[in-house]
Amino acid sequence: MEGQGRIILHADMNSFYASVECLHQPELRAKPVAVGGDAEARHGIILAKNQLAKKYGVKTGEALWQARQKCPDLVIVHPHYDQYMRFSRLAREIYGEYTDRVEPFGLDECWLDVTGTESQRKGGEALAQELRRRIKAELGVTVSIGVSDNKIFAKLGSDYRKPDAVTVFSRREMGEKVWPLPVTDLLYVGPATGRKLRSYGVETIGQLALTPPEYLKSWFGKVGLMLHGFANGYDLTPVARAGEESPVKSVGNSMTTTRDLVSLEDISAVYWVLCESVAARLREGGFLCRTVQIGLRDFGLYSFERQLTLETPSCLASELHRAAMDLAAANWDERRPLRSIGVRGTELIPASSPWQLSLFQEEAGREKKERLERSVEELRRRFGKAVIGRAAARLHADLWSPDLEKTQVIHPIGLLKTPL
Amino acid sequence: MEETNSAKVYVAVKARFEPDGRLIPLSVTWEDGVEYPIDRVMERKRAASMKAGGTGFRYRIRIGSRETYLFLEEDKWFVERR
Ligand SMILES: [Mg+2]
Repeated sequence: MEGQGRIILHADMNSFYASVECLHQPELRAKPVAVGGDAEARHGIILAKNQLAKKYGVKTGEALWQARQKCPDLVIVHPHYDQYMRFSRLAREIYGEYTDRVEPFGLDECWLDVTGTESQRKGGEALAQELRRRIKAELGVTVSIGVSDNKIFAKLGSDYRKPDAVTVFSRREMGEKVWPLPVTDLLYVGPATGRKLRSYGVETIGQLALTPPEYLKSWFGKVGLMLHGFANGYDLTPVARAGEESPVKSVGNSMTTTRDLVSLEDISAVYWVLCESVAARLREGGFLCRTVQIGLRDFGLYSFERQLTLETPSCLASELHRAAMDLAAANWDERRPLRSIGVRGTELIPASSPWQLSLFQEEAGREKKERLERSVEELRRRFGKAVIGRAAARLHADLWSPDLEKTQVIHPIGLLKTPL
Repeated sequence: MEETNSAKVYVAVKARFEPDGRLIPLSVTWEDGVEYPIDRVMERKRAASMKAGGTGFRYRIRIGSRETYLFLEEDKWFVERR
């Protein structure tokens, strides 16, 4: 069988943000802990939680007050992104001792292909156990690791048992171990795709694997065929070599406005302009971004950045805008009028590689949106920026002068950054 | 990162850079201001300190007849409070 014989690991640091916080504050370890966006901001949300908080039903993305209602003793700590970056780097350094094919997926996850390396002789499972022990001993946080001969099943394995565990999904045991799992466990099968599959009676990965591909094609288009392949473990996409990722790390844009931004509507209007330009540049470069980051600054020194991971990598202005607004709504304190805001797409992946050909939740709808956004760009290119624009942005045109829009310097949001 | 925990004690360390780049701690000055010369560095490895809460390079050192751990975390040294 093609691809057989590869040894692929997917390592996932468990409750990553919360684990890093609990390592640094030993007195928190026995308590339910969540990492939360600004508690002062009225709409602060839970960014991550530890196992204990999970038992109380605390969920990522919910409002702080909701979480406190479920778990009155919940300790909410501020995020320390610099530490998360550091732990991410340290983990990758350890993986890099075993293979140069280490492909990060967000801060806390990596695929490793150890085929043909010195360490292959140990065998995938023994190697995964060694990595699991090392991460715990050397970093003080835990990983769960999945081992298989393809990226899809390896990722499934790291989700299957956690924390601090190794799961092997070999092709031989695919029928007993993988196929009974719910189809929504499969990477890129989001809630919408899951619902649609269920409406056709497909609830498990096995049922998906045994569905005739031509049916899947008629329901989902090309993506259906890919899903079918994934469910059968036919995934030959390579693990990218370290440093093989695109030299462009992020695409961002920010704007200093002519008057203070005092409402979410103000912010939304500026974000339409910024997100459209970021989306256009992502498409130009052939990228999708997996993470959206915002930066907000008032007229003084107060500024901060927040980021979130998209459910599906995107190059659509509407999706970037929704993410940016979710972040702003959750983190911005309305008592602080803003003077400068930015948005950036990071963790870029090529839009073209088959692996990344995202299984869009509403594939047809998204393609249409992308076509629409492309034609708007085309109109602007031909007739100038003023020819067409979002109504929301037009209504707030007093926020920037026409000049500002023309000379708008594109610079990374990082320039906005001052330490909190 | 705010360090509210009391098991982590940052200490002053005198150290020497060897020509090959290795960093050898020579003495530790405890919170009380007393400086203790390090008699021997037995081992250096990457390790987390669950007790103090942190990770870095862990030096197993001997001061007199006593063995202890000294951690270098990025640019700061710490010991675990006993
Ligand atoms: Mg994780």
